Amino acid sequence: MTDMTAATPATPDAAKVETPFQRFRSEFFESRVATFALATFGVIVLLAVLAPWITPQNPYDLAQVDVMDGRLAPGSEAFAGYTMWLGSDGAGRDLYSAILYGLRISLAVGLASGVIALLVGTVIGLVAAYAGGRIEAIIMRIVDLQLSFPASLVALMLVAALGKGVDKIILALVVAQWAYYARTVRGTALVERGKEYVEAAQCLGISKARIVFRHILPNCMAPLIVVGTVQTASAISLEATLSFLGVGLPQTEPSLGVLIANGFEYMLSGRYWISVFPGLALLFTVVSINLVGDHLRDVLNPRMRK
Amino acid sequence: MTVFVIRRLLQAILVVFLMSVIVFFGVNVVGDPVHMLVNPEADQSEIAATIERLGLDRPIWEQYLLFLKGAVQGDLGNSFIFGEPALQLILQHMPATMELAFTALTLAIVIGIPLGLYAGLYPDNAISKGIMAGSIVGFSLPTFWVGLMLIMLFAVELGWVPATGRGDLGSFLGIQSSLFTADGLSHIFLPALNLALLKISLAIRLTRAGVREAMGQDYVKYARAKGLKTRRIIFVHVMKNIMIPVVTVMGLEFGSLIGFSVVTETIFAWPGMGKLLIDAILQLDRPIVVAYLMIIVMFFVLINLLVDILYSILDPRVRLQDQGA
Amino acid sequence: MTKVLDVSGLKTHFFTRAGVVKAVDGVDFSVSKGEIMGLVGESGSGKSITGFSVLGLIDPPGRIVDGSIKFNGQELANAGEEQFQRLRGNRISMIFQDPMMTLNPVLRVDTQMIEAILAHENVTRQAAWERSRDALGLVGIPSPEERLRAYPHQLSGGMRQRVAIATAFLNQPDLIIADEPTTALDVTIQAQIIYEAQQLTKRTGTAMVWITHDLAVVAGLVDRISVMYAGRIVEQGGIDDVIDRPRHPYTVGLLGSVPTANRRGKRLFQIEGMTPNVLDMPKGCAFGPRCHARTEACREEPAIEDVDGRRLRCFNPQRQAEVVS
Repeated sequence: MTDMTAATPATPDAAKVETPFQRFRSEFFESRVATFALATFGVIVLLAVLAPWITPQNPYDLAQVDVMDGRLAPGSEAFAGYTMWLGSDGAGRDLYSAILYGLRISLAVGLASGVIALLVGTVIGLVAAYAGGRIEAIIMRIVDLQLSFPASLVALMLVAALGKGVDKIILALVVAQWAYYARTVRGTALVERGKEYVEAAQCLGISKARIVFRHILPNCMAPLIVVGTVQTASAISLEATLSFLGVGLPQTEPSLGVLIANGFEYMLSGRYWISVFPGLALLFTVVSINLVGDHLRDVLNPRMRK
Repeated sequence: MTVFVIRRLLQAILVVFLMSVIVFFGVNVVGDPVHMLVNPEADQSEIAATIERLGLDRPIWEQYLLFLKGAVQGDLGNSFIFGEPALQLILQHMPATMELAFTALTLAIVIGIPLGLYAGLYPDNAISKGIMAGSIVGFSLPTFWVGLMLIMLFAVELGWVPATGRGDLGSFLGIQSSLFTADGLSHIFLPALNLALLKISLAIRLTRAGVREAMGQDYVKYARAKGLKTRRIIFVHVMKNIMIPVVTVMGLEFGSLIGFSVVTETIFAWPGMGKLLIDAILQLDRPIVVAYLMIIVMFFVLINLLVDILYSILDPRVRLQDQGA
Repeated sequence: MTKVLDVSGLKTHFFTRAGVVKAVDGVDFSVSKGEIMGLVGESGSGKSITGFSVLGLIDPPGRIVDGSIKFNGQELANAGEEQFQRLRGNRISMIFQDPMMTLNPVLRVDTQMIEAILAHENVTRQAAWERSRDALGLVGIPSPEERLRAYPHQLSGGMRQRVAIATAFLNQPDLIIADEPTTALDVTIQAQIIYEAQQLTKRTGTAMVWITHDLAVVAGLVDRISVMYAGRIVEQGGIDDVIDRPRHPYTVGLLGSVPTANRRGKRLFQIEGMTPNVLDMPKGCAFGPRCHARTEACREEPAIEDVDGRRLRCFNPQRQAEVVS
């Protein structure tokens, strides 16, 4: 978050001694919705990290799971004596425990692919901005081409070819999303390159690399943070979708999507909780990230400043 | 103009060609081609025959040429499961998908634009904030989970509409569609709503942004200075300015609806191309996967080509830009 | 002469995040039938906001906080939107700075002119169309029937501003507020437009407030002039008095910085410094920090008083000789 100081260009305003970061912080927390969303996301991450210590059961330790506990309604008591507040799934796993463990996998996959895609996309975007000319034209053609296909379709195609597995799904998500970051970086670079100070710097003989890294990269930070939050949320959601369709993570890596898929068959018979509760966990995660991202866009966008 | 169209056409052909290379190498080089292209249940002699027929013993570039030759003639192999040409199967399932995507697009426009208009006109009131919060939720909700909830609420709990499948087909002006029968409409309602949800959010956001931008323009102030009624300013001056870009973008989203329909069709057992694809992936019916890929690539390239040409007709500046680049 | 518009003590403030911007802070002026008054000042002096206040076109966070706007004896300072809707474009018209931005780009000229008539009068479309055509003819537009069918972007800048002027006169208003109507135009077109406007006001007896930053433009056009600085009027009087014998140092500076033929080779006068920060106004006379004639007395705020046949807000009135120096 400390990067934000670099992201918002300092305005020389004698009347105010607020640093850009302080202003960003006060503007961000001005919105109650965004503050609440950030807090919710914080709680979700905390729950996922602490899962092994705050759940009554390790749902993937077969010794702790009893098939006799299968499909119990929320609030039932497990054979081992604790209460299953959210019920249990078909295999007798406590849903509360399964959801927290599932969150760990979903968040890990989403964040990992988000960060890798951000790095890959940023580097490619900067290379395009740095190289210019033909190389830039070719890179941007590829970006445009890929963006003309929905990310979900690209990811689906890749997992269809690659098969199941954590590494494969992360690869698929990265390939599906890098272009968004590359386009963002290149878009900012185009705007910045058109400004007088870059022309002035060029006239002074300042090297291209210096312009790209000292001027263009810092200016990309704000839009990248916004795109990053939204894309990470979408990566989490996309992973869940693929896993639900049975082409994402295998049963041995039960993310929220896998849990929801497992509950699908029981839903029509009225055992709603097996699908609904993991779905709600997914929903809170994705919505809270998106609300934060949406507000970040307003705060970090200089045009929206009053 | 003609030069522009020809160049765009050549680019489109190049893209399809490139994608065919990627698809071919993806299927034949990354994986084991015998394993990928031969029915796993085939016996030894069948495998040998297929290797012979597909020329898997020949050099890779020759294999590619064979694949290309087949593709150009519309031969993308036979489905392992159905034993019919893959291309033909996909084309058979296409109308159901098109019908679903079209209904979803219509829903998105009819629901999204009025809500976005309201939220853009009164950005600070509670209803608008509710609409915008709803659109963020709509954006964030994973389509598949919403589908499940829709089934649970409307089909299982309330029992208003059937949960899965496509209803009876009716015929109107020679077009066969489930939109022309009551049974068909009751079947398409849930999946179309499910598929439309994301695009409703998109329409809300686009319209709201457009309205807010237009309301700040001098021409709105000028219209007010002429003493026009607020209704006329909104529905004539503002709407006419924003409808063109909004509808264009929504039209472009048609392609993405076809892509997203994979999820919706799977949940609602809608017999379209998307369901066919997922079944094919799960049952290792690879010729179908390859055929779907090639069809969808052509489809997207075609949409983009049409949009490019349409834009260049509407806006002469696009052509100039293209020549400058 | 009857006063068409009588503004006194008008204060329009903007309540922004950063603080209260006193864009208009106690402005008095009046315009009589057939009279043209020039409202002159640098950008940010509050002259446009004054014009918008009269028409009730101030949007939040701005609002009129004090003062009175009497139009034909009717108080407008606290009038409702409906009352304004009846007056705007009907009794009070407005001409904006940039006709490119004010005419709606997607509506034809005829639509935009006819709606101005139909908003206030119950006449047939045909009658409204004929009146629009005649109005275009009056402002010197050749073949008006053809121009009526055009879209704004098909007309030149001067032509568009003529359309705006014709539209302003459509309903024979009592008052026209022209906000920098010639700034965006070529000098030759400027002269023509000013001539047309002058002719029309003389013929119809319409009162006019001509807002501009360009003293040279108004010199030959207006009857009286009000010079604004930082939200207040600093000098106000007959055009000959103010232009030939300016008494306020700011007016002197403005006139001195206009290049003219008989001062060839001499150094142009410069007003030092910049317009004050609207959020952080200097204490005392707002022009004090930039004034070459400031004295200790200027630490206090000067009141506006009658001096030498005009209204003047200054402790140290200048003499004519100092203009040339």
